Amino acid sequence: MSKAHPLHANQPRPLEGVLDMSSQNKKQNLLEVDDLTMRFGGLIAVNKVKLNVEKGQIVSIIGPNGAGKTTVFNCLTGFYKPSDGRIRYRGENITGSKNHEISLKGIVRTFQHVRLFKSMTVLENLLVAQHRHLNTNLLSGLFKTPAYRRSEREALDCAAYWLDKVNLTEMANRDAGNLAYGQQRRLEIARCMVTRPDMLMLDEPAAGLNPQETKELDELICDLRDHHDVSVMLIEHDMKLVMEISDHIYVINQGTPLADGTPEQIKNNPDVIKAYLGEA
Amino acid sequence: MNAVNFKNAIITSIVFVILASFMMGVQLVPDGTGLAITFADPVRIEALAIALAVLFVFQLFRSPITSSWQTFRNALPLPEQGLTEALQAQGEKHPRLKQLTIAFVLAGLIIWPFYASRGSVDLATLALIYVMLGLGLNIVVGLAGLLDLGYVGFYAVGAYSYALLNQYLGLDFWSCLLISGLIAAFFGFILGFPVLRLRGDYLAIVTLGFGEIIRILLLNWTSITGGPNGISQIPKPTLFGLEFSRRAKEEGNIPFHEFFGIDYSSGYKVIFLYLLALVLVIVTLWVINRLLRMPIGRAWEALREDDIACQSLGMNKTAIKLSAFTIGAAFAGFAGTFFAARQGFISPESFTFIESAIILAIVVLGGMGSQMGVVLAAIIMTVLPELAREFNEYRMLMFGLLMVFMMIWRPAGLIPMKRPHIALKDNDEQSSSASRKPAQAA
Ligand SMILES: Nc1ncnc2c1ncn2[C@@H]1O[C@H](COP(=O)(O)OP(=O)(O)O)[C@@H](O)[C@H]1O
Ligand SMILES: [Mg+2]
Repeated sequence: MSKAHPLHANQPRPLEGVLDMSSQNKKQNLLEVDDLTMRFGGLIAVNKVKLNVEKGQIVSIIGPNGAGKTTVFNCLTGFYKPSDGRIRYRGENITGSKNHEISLKGIVRTFQHVRLFKSMTVLENLLVAQHRHLNTNLLSGLFKTPAYRRSEREALDCAAYWLDKVNLTEMANRDAGNLAYGQQRRLEIARCMVTRPDMLMLDEPAAGLNPQETKELDELICDLRDHHDVSVMLIEHDMKLVMEISDHIYVINQGTPLADGTPEQIKNNPDVIKAYLGEA
Repeated sequence: MNAVNFKNAIITSIVFVILASFMMGVQLVPDGTGLAITFADPVRIEALAIALAVLFVFQLFRSPITSSWQTFRNALPLPEQGLTEALQAQGEKHPRLKQLTIAFVLAGLIIWPFYASRGSVDLATLALIYVMLGLGLNIVVGLAGLLDLGYVGFYAVGAYSYALLNQYLGLDFWSCLLISGLIAAFFGFILGFPVLRLRGDYLAIVTLGFGEIIRILLLNWTSITGGPNGISQIPKPTLFGLEFSRRAKEEGNIPFHEFFGIDYSSGYKVIFLYLLALVLVIVTLWVINRLLRMPIGRAWEALREDDIACQSLGMNKTAIKLSAFTIGAAFAGFAGTFFAARQGFISPESFTFIESAIILAIVVLGGMGSQMGVVLAAIIMTVLPELAREFNEYRMLMFGLLMVFMMIWRPAGLIPMKRPHIALKDNDEQSSSASRKPAQAA
């Protein structure tokens, strides 16, 4: 199955810019973050972080453990209310919006520690995630109206498409908790994708994967960007992966932005080298 | 046996002595105008001493005992485990067989009351009420994972709604069945709003409080509810206007036996109530079965599994919790209405915390989220105490024991919940026919 899924192809996209990417590439800011600050009591976990994600980009955040990367994600997705700063998504201020409201706008994330619905089947995980695209009317569900059946059918098709994509078709009716670790990681990404997001935020997706799986993940992420119209924000420690696929990299150290630029620039930045060597 | 075991044994014994001496060792006896403390009689003290010794020895040799129990279990061919699974697998493979079995069971359930004794039909009706309550609470506790200890409150709301609507407005059973369900659902909704921010234990305590508030309200609002005297002479349900009494209570109604030209028998009423309860249970089962396979049912379970992941996927946690609370309460409302109609008399005493505990026990015993498990557990929990009437005093003790053994023996319940198997569209041939018969997938 290599063709883009019909559901995704038909989906109306307010900012359709795939064709004239070259002219708009520089201007289309999907996500703009200014002076993001998060304090926990006396601890400043994130200090005046500035980020910019353009449409169709893969942007990485790197930094030593405890640098505040996950906290940035938590602020962006509404898990934490930032102490200070502004987050704009497609020009709209979403600072302090509720968690589920932000994901309804098209920003979905995975977690550093996989969070699946463990005792539900793989397929059910993907169906649950499509909640907002489904016909949730009680009566039409009880009596299985044609509209309801169609919406369930579409959800199943979409789930089947993504299962195939992440190589889990065989596992469709297994409990998600029984999958191997790498499979759980892939399922978590698939579960994000069935919500049809515009922006995917991955928190250490390669952690715990073997080199082969990491390579597949690399290809998957690029495929998502190229063929499924998502911009990706990535937290990752695997430098090879990060350098290979990122369009732009932000480095955070102890909550404070240290540097940002293309992979080339970051590789040669003396501050970054020092921070990393100092850590190790 | 090691130091840890010894320490455990000592601690357990001390806790036992403290609890037992307060609860069983001393008694308050009225003495003139005051109360006097007397010690229990020697027989009881002796029994307590024996219990203490047993407890101590068990704790001391706990690991060898449990491990030998394990080997014993493994040695047994334990059919139950395999049996339910095998049956379910069979049902999956042969949908016709499953339908046939259901048809046979149903036919049996319908024919049975005509041959059974009046007492057992009456008991079966009671069991069916508990089935309905168990299924309703199962939505809240088993599926959505919200520990609700005040479920009986909604049961009371349903019962009192019918009783009061009938007393003051003269509405009949059938219209009240719907209205009471809606009123109970409404109560679930408004009570749900403030409490659903809480989690786990806190939620349990607050719902416990709500259950008690409703009962105490009914007890003290004497002018409307009759307080502790309750409400009596609640009419029985009618069959399309036919009453099941010797003479029609209402003008213009004809009793059932006159309409059909048969002799009056009070047995008809009992059978009718049983069949009505059966219909209500079947409707409940059907509705919940559908809900489970609908987006809302999946959302409930997802919420139980991981609420953070739910939110990150754009699901509104509060709305989902509230829907579980509301729908669960509606079923309690239906059950309450039927209960009031069957008893003909209700008072706040029928809606104490113990009822909530029993319903919760049914859900846990049956298997959280499992429909068949809840049905089975409800039957066990209502029929067993009847069979063992002489041990009525020890009823709670037996429930406790049952629970402990369940936790060891089948922690997931009698019939653990099984995940629905959903067929993916696996080839093109099926996809072309999918539009014609998509019901196959559900
Ligand atoms: N909820 C919280 N309460 C208090 N401190 C927190 C909380 N979340 C994160 N922190 C702190 O913020 C800092 C950054 O953590 P985190 O964002 O998880 O780092 P990273 O993901 O870069 O490894 C750590 O010192 C952590 O202890
Ligand atoms: Mg982290």
